[in-house]
Amino acid sequence: MNRPMGRYVLGVTCLVAVAGLLGMAVFSVSRAATPTVEYETPVRRLTPAQYTSIIADVFGPAITIGGRFEPGFRVDGLLEVGAGDANISPSGMEQYDIIARSIAAQVMDERRRELLVRCQPQALTAPDDACAGSFLAEVGELLFRRPLNDRELRMHVTSAREAASRLDDFYAGLGLSLAAMLTEPQFLFRREELEPDPTRPGEMRIDAYAKASRLSFFLWNSGPDRALLAAAKNGDLNTDDGLAQQVTRMLASPRLEDGLRAFFADMMHFEDFANLTKDNAIYPKFSNQVAEDAQEQTLRTIIDTVWREGRDYRDIFTTKETHLTRALAAIYQVPLATRVPNGAPEKWLPYTFDENDPRAGVLMQVAFVTLHSHPGRSSPTLRGKALREIFLCQKVPAPPGDVNFTIVQDTSNPVHKTARERLAAHAENPVCVGCHKITDPMGLALENFDGGGSYRTRENGVPLNTSGELDGVAFTDGTGLGRAVAGNAAAPACLVDRMTAYALGRTPTRNESSAWISSIKTGFAQDAYRVPALMRRIVTEPAFYRVPSIDNTTRAALSAPAISQEEGSR
Amino acid sequence: MKFNRRTVLRGLMGGGVVSVGLPVFDCFLNGNGTAWADTGQALPPVFGTWFQHLGLNPGMWEPKTTGPGYENNIQLKLLDPYRERINIYSGMKYFIEGRPLQTHTTTAQIATTGAIPFGTDGGPSVDAKIAEQISARKRFRSLEVNLSGSRKSYSQRSGTSLNPSEGSPAALYKRVFGPEFKDPNAATFEPDPLAMARQSVLSNVSEHLNQVRRELGAADKARLDEYLTSIRQIEQQLVIELEKPAPLPACHVPGEMHEATPGTVLEDAAANAQLFARMLGYAAACGQTQVFNVMVDSMNLRKAGSAYTWHMATHEESVDEALGYQKDVFEFNTWANQVFLNFIASLDAVKEGPGTLLDRTLILWQTDHGDARVHSLEKMPILTVGSGGGRIKTGIHVAAPGDPVTRVSLTVMQALGVPLNQWGERGNNTSRTITEVVA
Repeated sequence: MNRPMGRYVLGVTCLVAVAGLLGMAVFSVSRAATPTVEYETPVRRLTPAQYTSIIADVFGPAITIGGRFEPGFRVDGLLEVGAGDANISPSGMEQYDIIARSIAAQVMDERRRELLVRCQPQALTAPDDACAGSFLAEVGELLFRRPLNDRELRMHVTSAREAASRLDDFYAGLGLSLAAMLTEPQFLFRREELEPDPTRPGEMRIDAYAKASRLSFFLWNSGPDRALLAAAKNGDLNTDDGLAQQVTRMLASPRLEDGLRAFFADMMHFEDFANLTKDNAIYPKFSNQVAEDAQEQTLRTIIDTVWREGRDYRDIFTTKETHLTRALAAIYQVPLATRVPNGAPEKWLPYTFDENDPRAGVLMQVAFVTLHSHPGRSSPTLRGKALREIFLCQKVPAPPGDVNFTIVQDTSNPVHKTARERLAAHAENPVCVGCHKITDPMGLALENFDGGGSYRTRENGVPLNTSGELDGVAFTDGTGLGRAVAGNAAAPACLVDRMTAYALGRTPTRNESSAWISSIKTGFAQDAYRVPALMRRIVTEPAFYRVPSIDNTTRAALSAPAISQEEGSR
Repeated sequence: MKFNRRTVLRGLMGGGVVSVGLPVFDCFLNGNGTAWADTGQALPPVFGTWFQHLGLNPGMWEPKTTGPGYENNIQLKLLDPYRERINIYSGMKYFIEGRPLQTHTTTAQIATTGAIPFGTDGGPSVDAKIAEQISARKRFRSLEVNLSGSRKSYSQRSGTSLNPSEGSPAALYKRVFGPEFKDPNAATFEPDPLAMARQSVLSNVSEHLNQVRRELGAADKARLDEYLTSIRQIEQQLVIELEKPAPLPACHVPGEMHEATPGTVLEDAAANAQLFARMLGYAAACGQTQVFNVMVDSMNLRKAGSAYTWHMATHEESVDEALGYQKDVFEFNTWANQVFLNFIASLDAVKEGPGTLLDRTLILWQTDHGDARVHSLEKMPILTVGSGGGRIKTGIHVAAPGDPVTRVSLTVMQALGVPLNQWGERGNNTSRTITEVVA
């Protein structure tokens, strides 16, 4: 099978640059007898959000994206890492083609083209290479995240000319050439070009344009803007000052919120909400609107905590502050007075939970407790597993074959009335007890929140016992669990691991983990766990732009990467 | 004679009945209705997969006797009307050989690709191998559908190139029978200038990328090749759009398709199955594809208003002592068998000469666990329906205890002309076909 990443092969003793992949420069083996070193760097498929955001940046937010994107898949906990393995299937290509032609048609629409195509063709019914060329070069640089090379520009101008002649329509021809650009791999995939690292002879780093892309996709979840491309072109990005200047500009921009949202939504598996169903008979308050609001609430809570208010990352597990809509307030059983005219979107209002309220932090919010539950009841095991995997970066094994689960959560069992009792009965099976010890003590602390997110104190009439422990720290309820997670050293370390993997698009190598990523963890603690400071540390770290060679590309993860297209629930 | 097909078919759609095709222009077919009269060429085979999680109730589906003339056990009684066209394979198993078992997923990977991948290193699925052989020059290599509205599918060209399912019958209709569909029986044909312009642009792009390809290292080439295969599908579609299609008398363009309710409730999934069955039947009869994949997302299916999903029922319902099986699970399975029966009947209702579309179709029915209650890896139920135009024998029960399930996949692939003499990896590798059914 193919290696999942783009691979560069480089003769150690002799470098010969040749015209390369997709029209860019790449390094190749020069002589067969030369010992070779191979470099790996992911070639990531754009996510739907990134695609949409680039189109809005280039052509304005009014352009609608009409079509369906291929679903992504998760590798080592992140879709962004899975994106490095993702290709495009024939049916996916059909969709990209449909989306591209619809975008091109909107751009070439009579009402828009005067604004978006800045030159005037000599005639509406004939080709005009000069005008087509200037449009395609300008737009192409933003779409491909680097200037088009001569060959690419020539090909697109030729295409526009041929199509315009055939259709007797300049804009229709130009539109087809633009649509083609939007389906080309240079646009749909983020491939990072390599160049020799002048500070470390014999080693490689990503080039300035790739650097610009890494910065903008990580910090803004979109392609680089003109200023960033200019800094790549004039070499500024390769100087410490020039890089710092761009980083400061980008971290100060409101667009940082897009980057943070994309990262946290990926980390928390929010795409699974698309397949989440709840039983209406049991949770009448839960609806699609609630599912959407719940994600938004958790994202707002996190963004406010780590960015707007610049607080300690670990506060997301304990904060009493959040935002609510009326639909959510109904589930939280708190009063929320707002007046929304008929048909207007729901208002978001800031809300602070009372000191005595059982809720605090994101773990007790509707998003977390409903996403990691069954359609008709809660699941301490799913919640404990999610908490370990998402926020502490620990892997929980799947159940083995040939195990009987019948007793686990038979909610009508006359003897075992609560989940704790049922799990205890199940844990009498020695095969099961090991894994359940890892997940259940934390999951049971969240039993006050049912599968639809509402608070309860009893299950089947029996008072709930929500005590538990996490790595030696005991607690009696969910807020105690939140404090235990916030105090657990694995939580901030996990954020650093996830964020670096997300920014790199791959699982860091063992060497990277023990060297620069480890010192970033130390730095994160020195920064009192401020997330923007962590982002700055990552993107100003020179090693972040180095490309490890394959010899030391032993993955940090001990086992084969965990992959899931859609996780089955247990 | 001229009649308004759209009107006739719209009536049938609205009725929600397993539809009957319109009269066939038998004069186009040879005496047996199995080949075109003018060319004598046999109608090509159609291959379909039906993947359904959670198995069947152990002990309730295996026929008592092997070989031809078996009698259906209680669970598969429903399929009696098609018994002569169905093969049942029992006793086979999945081999995981110490690899971690991601329940419901690992076994599905073996069923579809013959191997357990490391990460995304998976190979092509059975349907993709067959599509490459019989459907590569069709407008769609394959069409994937999911009864619950999700994009989940087990069809893949490789572990990094998955073919997502269509979850909405209306979207599938638009994709297949939208403006780019060329009715093979239309009286006149005029190539669309826009399609011609698109074709010239696309050929410039392909030529450019092929030039770039020559300068790449092996791994990059492989990655770009996957992409180029997908681009070729678009080129292929344009070629087809620009050629006058050969007439297909059995092809009828269905009327507008209304949006159905996608979802995890049994009734919705059953309704979707009906609509998809009809769409796929039309797509095959109209020569748009020869391969389809149906995904029954059984895990999350539930009765309306009930908390219990099928998946939860398999693990949590007690075995009824009097009956000897899980009652609710049995009901779920019965529902699925009925839906499958309707699906087959729908293909059988597409008339082609004296026969039907089902005559040249071969469907492979697979599942993930023999006994879902305990995630068992053995005694897997497998079915094939139809002979693919006489390419395998039917009406046979084959018991092959302890053999890898890949024997059935290999047999099916060989029958449809895939040049392979073995399939699967390690314990799941086999070079033994099921000789009892080889035609």
